[in-house]
Amino acid sequence: MKKDIILSGVGGQGILSIATVIGYAAIDSGLYMKQAEVHGMSQRGGDVQSHLRISDKEIFSDLIPFGGADIILSIEPMESLRYLPYLAEDGWVITNNTPFNNIVNYPEVKDIETEIGKVKNHILIDADDIARSLGAPLSMNMVMIGAASGSLGIDFSKLEAGIKFIFGRKGDEIVNKNIEALRAGKSFSENFLKK
Amino acid sequence: MEKMLLLGDEALAQGVIDAGMSGMYAYPGTPSTEIMEYVQRSKTAAERDIHRKWSANEKTAAESALGMSYAGKRSMCAMKHVGLNVAADCFMNSAITGANGGTIVTVADDPSMHSSQNEQDSRNYGKFALMPTFEPSNQQECYDMAFHAFDMSEKYQIPILMRLTTRLSHSRSGVAVKEIREQNELKLPEDKRQFVLLPAIARKRYKMLLANQEKFEHESEMSPFNKYSDGSDKSVGIIACGIAYNYLMENYLDKECPYPVLKISQYPLPRKHIEKITSECGSVLVLEEGAPMVEEMLKGFLGNCLNIKGRLDGSLPRDGELNPNLVIKALTGKDFSMTPVPEIVAARPPKFCNGCGHIDAYNVLNEVMKEYGDGHVLSDIGCYTLAALPPFHSINSCVDMGASITMAKGAADAGLFPSIAVIGDSTFTHSGMTGLLDAVIENTNMVVLILDNSTTGMTGGQDSHAVDRLVSICEGLGVHKDHIIRVTPLKKNHEDMVRIIRQEIEYKGVSVVIPTRECMQTLKRKTKANK
Repeated sequence: MKKDIILSGVGGQGILSIATVIGYAAIDSGLYMKQAEVHGMSQRGGDVQSHLRISDKEIFSDLIPFGGADIILSIEPMESLRYLPYLAEDGWVITNNTPFNNIVNYPEVKDIETEIGKVKNHILIDADDIARSLGAPLSMNMVMIGAASGSLGIDFSKLEAGIKFIFGRKGDEIVNKNIEALRAGKSFSENFLKK
Repeated sequence: MEKMLLLGDEALAQGVIDAGMSGMYAYPGTPSTEIMEYVQRSKTAAERDIHRKWSANEKTAAESALGMSYAGKRSMCAMKHVGLNVAADCFMNSAITGANGGTIVTVADDPSMHSSQNEQDSRNYGKFALMPTFEPSNQQECYDMAFHAFDMSEKYQIPILMRLTTRLSHSRSGVAVKEIREQNELKLPEDKRQFVLLPAIARKRYKMLLANQEKFEHESEMSPFNKYSDGSDKSVGIIACGIAYNYLMENYLDKECPYPVLKISQYPLPRKHIEKITSECGSVLVLEEGAPMVEEMLKGFLGNCLNIKGRLDGSLPRDGELNPNLVIKALTGKDFSMTPVPEIVAARPPKFCNGCGHIDAYNVLNEVMKEYGDGHVLSDIGCYTLAALPPFHSINSCVDMGASITMAKGAADAGLFPSIAVIGDSTFTHSGMTGLLDAVIENTNMVVLILDNSTTGMTGGQDSHAVDRLVSICEGLGVHKDHIIRVTPLKKNHEDMVRIIRQEIEYKGVSVVIPTRECMQTLKRKTKANK
């Protein structure tokens, strides 16, 4: 079992909370894990990514090779495209469809969706809307993990345990909202793939 | 034993705590910042009363760490690669004074310049100073090497250079920890003149350092971190330094590497291993993150005795970080294919946070400078450097910490009018104060803007030494108090600020204007914590 995941988004959007939950679930499942992240300059509203690697064998490189990622999990649609060079031929692009528009030359949304549509395996999800409809707008990241859960190679219950561990000190209500968001993302993907 | 999930920076921090360190000194700088932050958060460090406050700059950090070593206790200083330039005076000489308590100089390099002005390779400093150098290849080695480095430092009375690079500093993995050691007792050096580098003593100690080189080399040959693995195909031998070893092994996950591999994580170079691989193999491919230092050493100036491949013959790019694809391409000659980035993807450069006081300050400066034209603003290193980018285009330089004030002085001396320096509060106390003194002595006609957000912003909001001290520092350095003016960078104060800066430009002498408003990030964090 080996999964290489590129997490992407914009500085400040919180891709690291995704890495923390999946990382915890991986360790909890007795797997090896390496996760390279970006600190410093680009955290100020620039593009950010994290290389998350999970395996049942020792992992060497902290970076995923080009053409090696099983999943690009992005919380911003244009950012999912920036990392296509990393995607394996049969890899998945799973991305939130809400643009984070903080530049003057942001492309047309329909053009972005056309490019995402060209990727053989993709899931486009309105994670912000799903999170809002649950009354938990801040749980958008957990919706995204749920959307990817079918391809992570980790038991769903371990992801739930990860959320409990990470958000536990904030109280049951927050934990439950995040687990609800995780499940909503999962069922969205299942329905999306049936179509 | 259960493993801890740690960044490379954090693994080293946990390592030095467990290996009995008594004090750490540092100035923030990407990618080294998280080492000190971890020690500051650590419960064990608090229980053991380990010194863990930020220093004014890398030089004061290195000197304080050396002072703690002088007093017999284990210490570490940490900085980013360009910080070692600031600390170089102490660093070079500390190889000659040597250590008493074990001491480590940790430097995190930033190849590919993710958050830096250059990609200098600190291993060159290790070689320059004749100091043993460690270069961990993974998070576990970051931890383990802390013990090894303190031991070697105390055995040979020599500081140790620990070189990290971005991808290791900022990558997380499981780390097994050891039993925690006691700290050293206070104990002065046996030779009371060890640290007195008067020429006669320095000459003697330098000879000792030279004589020790052979022992350091032997340590490298015996080091558990340098590993020779034989291979049946001797057409190529591979020397892989630091994390370059991982990029190599990544290509041999399911099969054994057929070539002999020498992994190097401790310098000086292990001579016996190097002799073996170069004599047995048809050619040698050198993989190193950063400069082609080992490659140059093996090649020599004429490069005609051995078949050495690497960054110098084009097998690998001359600059930038390595990755698994580049390594396998260098080894097999086969190019790798990848999906291109669609053309519609636009660059997303970093920018000021919403509500940042720097925005208001630069709006004022831009309005004032319209009158004088471009090219008058010398700036410095911090969040405010982002004003070089659109839409501001406000600044004309970013060279090294503190260079705004001294470059503005030089430009003013050359006749540039107006000559404006823009520097942040933490950068000012790091290296701006001495330059301001130069300007005061000559009453140089210039305006210094100290953008005071009361924190070290770009690295994530560490304590700034400048908080509540800027006015008194400037007064103390001799700036006339009528020309030290504090303003609050807010939209409503725009016109006032424009007037003040114009007026100070017209004043023939040194003026300091200090727009002061807290960083939005630290403010948010404090508000959240108070809830």
